[in-house]
Amino acid sequence: MLTIKILGSGCPNCKNVESVARKAVADLAIEAEVIKVTDYVDIMAYKIMSTPGLVINGKVVCAGRVPSQAEVTTYLTNALMAE
Amino acid sequence: MNTISPPNSPARTYWIAGLATVLWLAAYNLVKPLAEWAAYSALRLGRASHLGQSLAFFLYDLPKILLLLSGMIFIISIIRTFFSPERTRTLLGGKREGIGNVLAALLGIVTPFCSCSAVPLFIGFVESGIPLGVTFSFLIAAPVINEVAIVMLLGLFGWKIAGLYITTGLVIAISGGFLIGRLKMERFVEDFVWKIQYQGALEGEKLTWPLRIQRAWGSVKEIVGKVWLYVLIGIAVGAGIHGYMPEAALASIMGKQAWWSVPVAVLVGIPLYSNAAGVMPVVAALIEKGASLGTVLAFMMAVVGLSLPEAVILRRVLKLPLLVTFFGIITLAIIITGYLFNWII
Repeated sequence: MLTIKILGSGCPNCKNVESVARKAVADLAIEAEVIKVTDYVDIMAYKIMSTPGLVINGKVVCAGRVPSQAEVTTYLTNALMAE
Repeated sequence: MNTISPPNSPARTYWIAGLATVLWLAAYNLVKPLAEWAAYSALRLGRASHLGQSLAFFLYDLPKILLLLSGMIFIISIIRTFFSPERTRTLLGGKREGIGNVLAALLGIVTPFCSCSAVPLFIGFVESGIPLGVTFSFLIAAPVINEVAIVMLLGLFGWKIAGLYITTGLVIAISGGFLIGRLKMERFVEDFVWKIQYQGALEGEKLTWPLRIQRAWGSVKEIVGKVWLYVLIGIAVGAGIHGYMPEAALASIMGKQAWWSVPVAVLVGIPLYSNAAGVMPVVAALIEKGASLGTVLAFMMAVVGLSLPEAVILRRVLKLPLLVTFFGIITLAIIITGYLFNWII
């Protein structure tokens, strides 16, 4: 099962990333856990310099913008193949 | 490394970009004649009538501003694809204060930045050894020299005023950051920031030109999508003022003689953070009726540079004395700028 983390403290972009991620997960019909990380100390552990950030299975795949659903689908597929 | 294949082929992206450019240029040059034709010929409104003038203003300014917004944000976004916070951090590393402040302010214009990223960016810069003052020069320049504000100023007042705004923003960023650096306020940064170990930067993405174009187009859709309604309302109100308010009606309360217009403009600007686009057309119309330029510039800077949400966010990493100093210096600089321009122009 994939672990997806959304890094961000609640601004509109972070919420968009979450909804795009959830849609991509639903469309692929895969099992994934979506966690929102809002505490900055935890966010900084991923070394990103701009939020929102998208982390799949511990790896930062996107930071600083809202990825399209197509991009998230690609990230998810790559992560599944790497598991 | 993740590889992302663009949904369109590169050739198709270039064709669409080229076509869009041609259409844009055609539309931009046709707006004014079309607007005047519609208001004065098609609808037969008199050129001197209130309604005629309001309508012509509205039909001209709305498409013009929207076109300008799309075009300029596209270009700025393309430039920004060449920069990233990681790259800026590398460029600023090891630079002393002075040069560092200038470079940080300049980079603040071209590095993509949103207020919610202020904290990760601050921590990232400070942790990699960039002096506090230099980091603050960046944090002042990035929101103040805001692309929507610049486009609005360009479209409503021309490139000289827009250029003045950018220059003033840079001067405030450089000197404000330098001043904070001199005040040696490192002890007012929250302790946990210093405890985060810096272990090397994330690699930036490698972007091809078709991807850059698609990203820039995505930014245009996102930003214009957020502001178009405010622009429409703002221009409608501005059109009303333009057509119906007597000339110089406002000279007494917002003109140069009203010494309190600058601080009041700044105060009014503070809660208006997300509405730079909608507010500007109203302000432009007010200027026409006697409000003075310094007041307007101060207002614009207060709207984008003094953001309560950003202050709340930065409170996580800055202790109160430093936070207050930061926003206090920006506010003071903006007020001084307002008075200065009211005086010299």
